[in-house]
Amino acid sequence: MIVMSVRIPVSAIGDSAADLVATIAFLSPELASRIQFGWTITVHILFASLSIGLAPFLVYVTVQEVRTGDRRYARLREFWTKVFGVGFVMGTVTGIPMGFMFGTNFGSFSTTVGELLGGPLSFEVKMAFFLEAVSLGVLLFGRERVSDRFYVLSSVLVGVGAWLSAFWVLVVNSWMQTPRGYEIVTEGGTSVARLTDPVAAFFNPRFPWMYVHMQNASIIAVTLLVAGVAAYFVRTNRESDAWRTALRLAVVVLLVTSAFQAVHGDAYGRHVADTQPHKFAAMEAHYETGQADLHLVAIPTDPEAITDPRAENLYTISIPHAASFLASGGDPTAEVTGLDDFEFESPPVAIVFWSFRLMVGLGFWFIALGAWGTYRYWRGDLAEADRYLQVLMASAPLGFVALLTGWYVTEIGRQPWLVQGVLRTAEGVSPSLTSTEATLTLLGFVVGYLGLLAAFLLVCKRFVDEERDRCGVGDRDDADGTTDGRPREVTADD
Amino acid sequence: MTEALSATEPALASTSTYLVESLPELWFGLVVATFGVYLLLDGFDFGVGVLFAEADEAERRRFLAAFGPLWKANEVWLVLFGTVLFAGFPAAYAVILSRYYLAVFALLLALGLRGLGSKFRGERDDERWVRFWDRCFVVGSTAAPFLLGAFAASWALGEPTVVAVVPLLAGAATVALVTALGAAFLCVKLESPIRERLVRRGRAATAGYVALGTVTLVASVIRYPALRSEIQSVPMGGLCIGTIACAGVAVAAATGTRYRWFAVATGGLAVAFAAIIGVLLYPAIDPATGTTIADAVAAPLSLNLTTGFAVVFLPLIGSYFVVLYSLFDDPASDSGQYQHG
Repeated sequence: MIVMSVRIPVSAIGDSAADLVATIAFLSPELASRIQFGWTITVHILFASLSIGLAPFLVYVTVQEVRTGDRRYARLREFWTKVFGVGFVMGTVTGIPMGFMFGTNFGSFSTTVGELLGGPLSFEVKMAFFLEAVSLGVLLFGRERVSDRFYVLSSVLVGVGAWLSAFWVLVVNSWMQTPRGYEIVTEGGTSVARLTDPVAAFFNPRFPWMYVHMQNASIIAVTLLVAGVAAYFVRTNRESDAWRTALRLAVVVLLVTSAFQAVHGDAYGRHVADTQPHKFAAMEAHYETGQADLHLVAIPTDPEAITDPRAENLYTISIPHAASFLASGGDPTAEVTGLDDFEFESPPVAIVFWSFRLMVGLGFWFIALGAWGTYRYWRGDLAEADRYLQVLMASAPLGFVALLTGWYVTEIGRQPWLVQGVLRTAEGVSPSLTSTEATLTLLGFVVGYLGLLAAFLLVCKRFVDEERDRCGVGDRDDADGTTDGRPREVTADD
Repeated sequence: MTEALSATEPALASTSTYLVESLPELWFGLVVATFGVYLLLDGFDFGVGVLFAEADEAERRRFLAAFGPLWKANEVWLVLFGTVLFAGFPAAYAVILSRYYLAVFALLLALGLRGLGSKFRGERDDERWVRFWDRCFVVGSTAAPFLLGAFAASWALGEPTVVAVVPLLAGAATVALVTALGAAFLCVKLESPIRERLVRRGRAATAGYVALGTVTLVASVIRYPALRSEIQSVPMGGLCIGTIACAGVAVAAATGTRYRWFAVATGGLAVAFAAIIGVLLYPAIDPATGTTIADAVAAPLSLNLTTGFAVVFLPLIGSYFVVLYSLFDDPASDSGQYQHG
């Protein structure tokens, strides 16, 4: 409960800047580094998953465009390539600091496990980053310089790059959850984890669960975004073939992927209960060892229960013994170890507990949205389902919310460990790091990334406005002479 | 530190011996080489950003058209440099990066401003928006090489901070170097009367680099007496002569409108710069703590594995760049040849 134990006096917020700086300088290097890493990865993950989720969609429309010559695919490709291009730069800009932070902020972590994790991170660069960056150059700038086939190939390679990049990053992260294939060697007073079995280390028990869950979550998030944007344009112009196509595609994909995510997530939960029982207990706010219920809905009855949820004090709608059943793989009377009975301190239970509830709740909402949309599609009046389209627009960012909350469960639920059972977070911080340094860069990242997000949204708003202007009411977009499958030219008055 | 726990592993996955005996030294070479390639390639981009400051609107569009498809791929070399250092010398990576904490983040900030500035300026029509991102682009493109040069010099000299005379001089020299690189790159990529000015700037920057480099070296000899023998060694002498030769070729080629030679010669300056850093470091990986290559190198199994990946993928990466640079080989113009993306 390190996060909770630091108190920032509220009165200081309104005081002079000097007071504020003095107050924030109380942040220990550890806490400042954790918040900084958590915040930067929160922003980065949005753009990383945008690339991961959008890539298959872009490949699909590019292939369709080249195969059928149908202009509505060119139109979708043009719009989403612009979003992808800006999102990719955002992903690069926010991603580059992450790797360096292992050295700057978590130096002891890097020293201890660098031999295991430096390799996969360099594989990511060699296999994925170059491929992605080079192919994106072609995708954004090369439409009229290369053959159709090469252009399709470049869209595929951008996607392959994005998925390979996630592959190696999740190899690293899953190893931190379920480390395998190493031994601890102590030399001259320092302990390092030495690789003994690369296959066991890279394909550790958590890896397949994490990779499938995360990639599918990215697809769901992007599908909701595509659905929301398509709903907006369809409401602007019901005749838009391009956006009706996107809408139909999105609702069907949403139903399939979100249903799969629920089934997969259920099994994943069982795996977490096996391998990280303390995380599972935090997800259910289960303190005392014994039979455990599964809380479908939890409502805090007093403010305290928000910051300190304890299963027994919450108003819940629960399935009796279901958590026991889940964790043990079928035995409703099985004991689930409570948080009080671990030899190490608990993770920040409130964040884990509520993040998990939010993620699961959103997951069921996505299934409902997918089913509702697919039903209207089946009935043939999807584009006329006005209320549904409005709900889709409102739900457009929710996939990213679900993805982030899931990530918080994974990472914050791992605490107090940085590497489960091997290295505590507090032990991983660079010994030379000072409060001032760490606080200064933390402030920089908070301000800078908020600015970045604002700039990104402004740019996206411009894309949407331009598209809306092209999408005037009553215009069929295949009659629009500007969509000839070639990129917009830059003219002096552009 | 590197020796041996068990000899019972299969040969390819040996935990006791490196694939070749000199693998740690080869990895040190790879660290220096990736730094050099990064400085060379992104040096073109930084230089475009520096020269952007005095360009008018039409020129700026041409500059960005030349820069657009290439810079992201170039920037990846920095990440490769970081991960090669991390994978090969994990303990050194941690100590070096946390020592120059604020400089590293300032560099990342500058890179962010450069990338976002170039990408965002064209995305809205609003005049203030364009000016703002232009400024970010210029400031980022100037600050990044300055910080990179200062960081590299502090690291190689074992100076605990970048805010010292020699690192700051090295930073200034690096800005001159990238300006020469950028001028050469734009001379190759652009067909226009503007070349005349670029040639003048490129020549001045090359001369400025040689002058600042000389001052930096002399200052190093004075400030770091312990390093005198390394600075006055044969390899250093060779690199200094090479630098002067490249500078001479660059000036002559620029004057004689042989722009590709201009680019090659300024590229030689960047490579020599990285080699100088390598000579100063060797045999240490972190002179400030006296950590040597042998002290910090990763254990055999990890390094052998990473080497396997490098042997497969580095040639492939080279081929990506051949494809990318030949695809966007012809002179860039602002007349729609490149989508503004």
